[in-house]
Amino acid sequence: MRSRRTRLGVATVAVAGLVLAGCAAEESGEPQTAGGEAPGAGQPECEQLEQFGDLSGRSVSVYTSIIEPESDAHKASYEVFEECTGATVEYEGSSEFEAQLVVRVQGGNAPDIAYIPQPGLLATLVRDTGEIVAAPDPVSDNVDEFFGEDWRLYGTVDDTLYAAPLGANVKSFVWYSPKKFQQEGWEVPETWDDMIALSDQIAQSGMKPWCAGIESGDATGWPTTDWLEDVMLRTAGADTYDQWVNHEIPFDDPAVVEALDQVGEILKNPDYVNGGIGDVKSIATTAFQEGGLPILDNECALHRQASFYAAQWPEGTEVAENGDVFAFYLPPIGEEFGNPVLGGGEFVAAFSDEPEVQAFQTYLSSDIWANEKAKATPGSGWVSANTALEISNLNSPIDQLSAEILQDPEAVFRFDGSDLMPAAVGSGSMWTEMTKWITGQDTETTLANLESSWPS
Amino acid sequence: MSTSDKLIQMVIAVVLFFAVMTVILLVTQRLRSRSGERIQAAAFVAPALILITIGLLYPAIRTIYQSFFGNAYEPIVGMNPNNFDGFDNYVQIFTDSGLLKVLRNTAIWVILTPILATGIGLVYAVLVDRSRFEKFAKALIFLPMAISLVGASIIWKFVYDYKATEQDQLGVLNALLKLVGVDTYRFLLTEPWNTFFLIVIMVWVQAGFAMTVLSAAIKAIPDDIIEAARLDGVGGLRMFRYITVPSIRPSLIVVLTTISITTLKVFDIVRTATGGQFGTSVLANEFYVQSFRSFDFALGAALAVLIFILVTPIVIYNVRQMRRLEAR
Repeated sequence: MRSRRTRLGVATVAVAGLVLAGCAAEESGEPQTAGGEAPGAGQPECEQLEQFGDLSGRSVSVYTSIIEPESDAHKASYEVFEECTGATVEYEGSSEFEAQLVVRVQGGNAPDIAYIPQPGLLATLVRDTGEIVAAPDPVSDNVDEFFGEDWRLYGTVDDTLYAAPLGANVKSFVWYSPKKFQQEGWEVPETWDDMIALSDQIAQSGMKPWCAGIESGDATGWPTTDWLEDVMLRTAGADTYDQWVNHEIPFDDPAVVEALDQVGEILKNPDYVNGGIGDVKSIATTAFQEGGLPILDNECALHRQASFYAAQWPEGTEVAENGDVFAFYLPPIGEEFGNPVLGGGEFVAAFSDEPEVQAFQTYLSSDIWANEKAKATPGSGWVSANTALEISNLNSPIDQLSAEILQDPEAVFRFDGSDLMPAAVGSGSMWTEMTKWITGQDTETTLANLESSWPS
Repeated sequence: MSTSDKLIQMVIAVVLFFAVMTVILLVTQRLRSRSGERIQAAAFVAPALILITIGLLYPAIRTIYQSFFGNAYEPIVGMNPNNFDGFDNYVQIFTDSGLLKVLRNTAIWVILTPILATGIGLVYAVLVDRSRFEKFAKALIFLPMAISLVGASIIWKFVYDYKATEQDQLGVLNALLKLVGVDTYRFLLTEPWNTFFLIVIMVWVQAGFAMTVLSAAIKAIPDDIIEAARLDGVGGLRMFRYITVPSIRPSLIVVLTTISITTLKVFDIVRTATGGQFGTSVLANEFYVQSFRSFDFALGAALAVLIFILVTPIVIYNVRQMRRLEAR
């Protein structure tokens, strides 16, 4: 009798092991469905999500670099999805996102969904881990319908669409205080030379014109890369910029040296920075979130930072053309290359092909989510390249301006170069070298180090 | 995977564990002979050994293997045989100027931190020994022990905060400097002194541990030895030099080696306070950066192996001293 019971135990163990092994993932393309009827069936905003069936009791884990305060609006914008499908979204934001995502994927603990802000990192993850699942058909259709061809390409690796665009931002903005400008009689500059003349004028009045902060935990240094890219688009033009991003010209090409030196005319000029905080070196230890705040205390006049910086102004700050703060478009340098747009964005990568995950991907790539997110953002600091985004749904003039720029077919748009480069450079050596550059390393050494750090 | 799926998996795992143990019990319980008892013991040790092999031995061997490859830009797909590089990664560690600086910083950490922390702990333990406010004084220095290294680094990051002299100061230290009329100082930015200011954080946390162990050792010195020394006219500093220190020598070594091991692995302080910027990076931080930021898993593996090689002799020495202490 006893021996039989023993055998039964062994059998149970063996079966349990089989259950734990799980089943292999299938090829994506056709969407998965859970069967049953979705809780929100029949409602117009749920139309696209009905095909995934009843997802009640299931959850989707989202891992992202978007943290407080910007994450609140994100969570609010998922309500429609949760009502439509019955699934819940578990949101987890981290300022160490880029490195931690790799750790988690390697450890077999990948999230269901990750919002990846660097197409370069996306490509690395797709090619090296094979863990990212290709976007299902409904997502691909949405991207074709609502996004421009270039945005589709950023989320595409080796001719397969993996990640649909989520949010976008326009980086070529200079924040300033309209009230202070009116008070002092300063004009918003139309050209780079006007901007330098204005900076000199402000510096002579005893106030440091520029303020900046590049400290960002693990990612310290990234705001400097935006400066370099923005200026390079204006001094060398979009074609040279593309060659530089794809490493068709060396990283320390004369065109790049020229651009970085031009950035240095502002960021490494002790008469210009760092208003309200300290001197040039203090840029390296000032958190990027706090880099522009001295504008509110009239201790600095200008702060170059992307549209999403709007979310960093304290509550009660009026972001408007005649308000406490507003931004002007970074002016052109010379006639030749005009005024290209530097931008960035996040892309929705999935590590699972469960129906609830695919449903969430579909929702995020739709016109419905883009407008829900716009309505859910109380202040400002969010915009998307989704062409179905109603500009009137955006609450802030700065976001409306960004959306107009993004939807303008005439604008020369270029994606943030460091985000397109291999992760070893784009989210590695470029950040650390730019930090060294701020704290005293010269331009040639910095760019030569970056050239040698490019993975062969 | 939904919550219910996870719960079911958890239940299965727990049941599985009990089932395995039950099977082992049932199979081995009828063995009554001497050799049977050996089999019984082996059966109970086996699961632990298997887990250690999977969780510790295999990754360690794989890391050592990986460190002999070139920049494995396909880190997870596996190691490509034609990517075999021999000792190139190790050569790079000892020739690349940036990595040499990392080695230099690690050396400074490993030499200074144990000496400072143990020294402060020892002097403090002797000074407050049998004084009226001993308990309170010990609690004061022991408190930082309860704070995680990340927490401590954040606290000190505020203490070290820099603003130009004419601005309102946030950092306590710079506020004091301003009060005295000196220019404010960039504690975390100025090489090479910033490494010393990071070491202060570690000392602040570890001194309490050193003090506690050494204080207990001092209290364990037999009274008759101290009496005899007193009768021979030894007092003050000579008592400390010739009686106290030799009597607690084994404890001193254990404290020194334990702090050395902690220091060799230091990562959280550097990463939280400076992110390894401004020439403050150390081995463990560099290993993390190379592996998970730059995707150079092979170089990261080589750095990890180097840490392992450096820690091993200290660990062996530490364990031996511990045994000697317990044998007394």
